[in-house]
Amino acid sequence: MDVNLTVNGSVHHLTIDVRMALLDVLRERLGLTGTKKGCDQGQCGACTVLIDGRRVLSCLVLAAAVEGGVTTIEGLSGEGAPLHPMQDAFLQCDAFQCGYCTPGQILSAIACVTEGHAGSEHEIREYMSGNLCRCAAYPNIVKAILQAKAKMQATAEDV
Amino acid sequence: MRPFILDHAPNAAAALQLAAMTPSGDGRVQYLAGGTQLLDLMKLDVMRPERLVNINALRRDHGQINADSHGLTLGALVRMADAADHPRIRQDYPVIAESLWMAASPQLRSMASLAGNVLQRTRCNYFRDTSWGGCNKRRLGSGCAALDGVNRRLAVLGVSEHCIANYPGDFANALVALDAEVEIAATDGSRRWLVFEDLHRPPADTPHIETTLAPGDLITAFHVPAGPWTRRSLYLKIRDRASYDFALASAAVALDLTPCGVVKVARIGIGGLTARPWRSHEAEAILTGRNLDEASAEEAAEAAFAASVTHGQNSFKPELGRRTLVRALLEAKAMEIS
Repeated sequence: MDVNLTVNGSVHHLTIDVRMALLDVLRERLGLTGTKKGCDQGQCGACTVLIDGRRVLSCLVLAAAVEGGVTTIEGLSGEGAPLHPMQDAFLQCDAFQCGYCTPGQILSAIACVTEGHAGSEHEIREYMSGNLCRCAAYPNIVKAILQAKAKMQATAEDV
Repeated sequence: MRPFILDHAPNAAAALQLAAMTPSGDGRVQYLAGGTQLLDLMKLDVMRPERLVNINALRRDHGQINADSHGLTLGALVRMADAADHPRIRQDYPVIAESLWMAASPQLRSMASLAGNVLQRTRCNYFRDTSWGGCNKRRLGSGCAALDGVNRRLAVLGVSEHCIANYPGDFANALVALDAEVEIAATDGSRRWLVFEDLHRPPADTPHIETTLAPGDLITAFHVPAGPWTRRSLYLKIRDRASYDFALASAAVALDLTPCGVVKVARIGIGGLTARPWRSHEAEAILTGRNLDEASAEEAAEAAFAASVTHGQNSFKPELGRRTLVRALLEAKAMEIS
């Protein structure tokens, strides 16, 4: 099946098996291995990416049915460019240990802020509940989101 | 995953036509909206459709939320997250907003459609794991391994000797409590409105047939009639984890009270431990005309669970369900309505 997939601003023309999930196309066909495969059942959040700004689980999206532009962790900042405020905050707040869930956490966290669901620590915990972290870095993830939120909002006001 | 044909439907008429092309029955053709459950169950080999009809383009025609003096109309393709965050729904139909944001995870809610959500299949492990032989829902006549098995999370109301799987959703319990209706388009081009309570079938001796939908039927909208009880409404969900979990017990409650706390109208849905979205007319009847206090709430909860049937591990659930309903009723009474 022929598909056109827009990922991080670039259009890709691909011939794929109709059964391929977006996650597998990103990793196996486009070499974008930043998006992680955890449970492959929509339960862990490691494969979270954005489609037109909405957070989705790429393991449960058929690549052939994607509508809109996909953003993965690789698309948040260019080579040599400054990190996205959420990436920066995760580093500064030590919001991970092994790092396997981190790309999904960061994409989900960006959506958590843009959706307006990062109003308090409690709300952040509720609206980040779809991203599991086996290292249990949760307290620092919450800190990172609060820190990045301020920067993201300041940047949005500048524009 | 087994191979399938993927079609993209530009509108409802085309979707119905595409669905009618595949000899239907046994779920051989499925509509694809959010896909959160369909792809999961296809990976598990529980669902084996030969054709998927992608209906996401129908969001243009069937993706609106309208609230007016007659009530609330929700397009079938509205995503769970968008309905949960809608200001009018949050204010005028809190039980609906809460049933949605307490369900699943933020990612799943930003993908899943409302119509897909109400058609959610059970989380019974014997249904989801095909290595188990005994599941009448997957293969009628194969038995029910859950009857004497791991059934802590399964149903105690509306079950049969052939299936004790629980309906896992939340939103549907709010719909059933609020007398919602569902609009269905059929492959012959006709449209009909159905009382939502009649959408899901009791398991009885045919647990593999879960709804009254005919093959190819497409849900296009939900309507929730307005009423003085919708603002004093809430969804209480009790689960093992604080978030992102299915209900062990839940209650969808809407009340119209006199200024001194007498119940004019009570609307009660129960979830987590029921075989299908469940309305407790028994509990509503007990409360109508009564002062709502702990005693009357307990009496209502007693009536709601009088017909419970338990199977060992899930024998704690009627008591949990009663306490959940009592707390929901008293919290709804205490709500400050502007």
